Amino acid sequence: MDIAFVIEKFVLVAIIFGISLVIAMYSTYAERKVAAFLQDRLGPDRAGPFGILQPLADGVKMFMKEEIIPTNASKWLFMVGPGLAMLTACIGTAVIPWGTPMTIGDRVIPLQVTDINVGILYIFGVVSLGVYGVMIGGWASNNKYSLLSAIRAASQNISYEIAMGLSIIALLLVTNSMSIGEIVANQHGWRWNVIYQPVGFLLFMVCAFAETNRAPFDLPECETELIGGYHTEYSSMKLGFYLFAEYINMFVSAAVMASLYFGGYNYPGMDWVLAHTGQVIGPLIGTGVFFLKIFAFIFFFMWVRWTIPRFRYDQLMHLGWKILIPLAIANIIVTSIVIAVIEKF
Amino acid sequence: MEPLTSKKKVLEKIPLTFAERMYLPAIVKGLSITISHLFKKEATIRYPEVQREFSTNFRGMHSLKRDEEGKERCTACGLCALSCPAEAITMIASERKPEEKDLYREEKYASVYEINMLRCIFCGLCEEACPKEAIYLDGPIVPSDYLRKDFIYGKDKLVEQPLNKK
Repeated sequence: MDIAFVIEKFVLVAIIFGISLVIAMYSTYAERKVAAFLQDRLGPDRAGPFGILQPLADGVKMFMKEEIIPTNASKWLFMVGPGLAMLTACIGTAVIPWGTPMTIGDRVIPLQVTDINVGILYIFGVVSLGVYGVMIGGWASNNKYSLLSAIRAASQNISYEIAMGLSIIALLLVTNSMSIGEIVANQHGWRWNVIYQPVGFLLFMVCAFAETNRAPFDLPECETELIGGYHTEYSSMKLGFYLFAEYINMFVSAAVMASLYFGGYNYPGMDWVLAHTGQVIGPLIGTGVFFLKIFAFIFFFMWVRWTIPRFRYDQLMHLGWKILIPLAIANIIVTSIVIAVIEKF
Repeated sequence: MEPLTSKKKVLEKIPLTFAERMYLPAIVKGLSITISHLFKKEATIRYPEVQREFSTNFRGMHSLKRDEEGKERCTACGLCALSCPAEAITMIASERKPEEKDLYREEKYASVYEINMLRCIFCGLCEEACPKEAIYLDGPIVPSDYLRKDFIYGKDKLVEQPLNKK
């Protein structure tokens, strides 16, 4: 393992980590602005021109607030909860392909931190671990409402994981590979997976909404029912970590959706662009297109949040178990039948 | 049980159609309504750069008026302080000296006149009670400040009109 490889991976990791943090930070700003525009008002526009420095102000606020730890809370678990949430949110970005491999000099640099051949399974594992962050936070708060909300959040998460996994199985039947790098590479040009798996995409998107505790599925943290939910007792940086982890989760979900179903860094006409712009700028254009798709998905997350009222807990469970799982299984059956028929002819 | 009025409305519990149970058409319709608001003009007013107009009867900050020759109208009769329901006005009367004849209308004037803006409820009873038409509530909204003592407006600070000719 030569030193150039280590440096290249290190730089890539640092860049991706930095970008995901910055995007999560400006997602908070975008959320407030989008919410405001959808409600016929202006968002924050005092901190800097158009309020661009608002996330910095929020960050400083988070740092400066008082750290309160409840008396009978389990101290170590209290601190581990947000840390775990943040950790699982950030390591999800490791297997997403950000662009076609770049050639600098005589080195080919793949724009993906690691292309393990079970990339999708890794994403699922990380998402399942994310449940722990919420549960530990709710338990360690020594607060009945937090515990209730954490239990609700955990049950919501595990219910929708099943439907998500089943929809991914249908996708695997189409793409024959679990590595995300290969899945994206197979969607060259305009042949995105959403054309082959529209129902699967719909299922995956609904489950992504539920996994990130977002939009109509935000029962764990709604203010009307559980005050703060699992992060009621948290203040200052730990609360900042929880809120931030939610936005990073949203970013990673959008990135995964864009990679698996919407072609990642592929766009129609990419061959012409790659041939004419050389080996350094070409992949970056693909990365730019990828980020445009991610931003579109993040806008969609926010758009849905201010449109649809929240699900009640039993409606949520009913949707997850009795509607989405049968639909996902039906999707698998239909997909396999269609693939078998196509292969025959 | 018999209904008490004849205005009873019969609610029909029609089961939802398949399209309604799917929620997706309704969601799409909702999304289109929401996105249309993105392109409408927002209703926010960017205070303090842009301010809304007050009505003609709006009661803002107080100002002690002068007459046509520039002399102060207020004679420290104390009727405004008497009528103030919040007891916000205090004054000290003094006798006019011969050389101050151009400054005050009558021989009695208010040498110290203070209104505590934190107590004032802007009811306008002082304006109604004044027999000399000296005090009017026609100023802007009282600006905010940090210390309690800075809200006790004295005569030359803010209660008075500009000391050069009106």
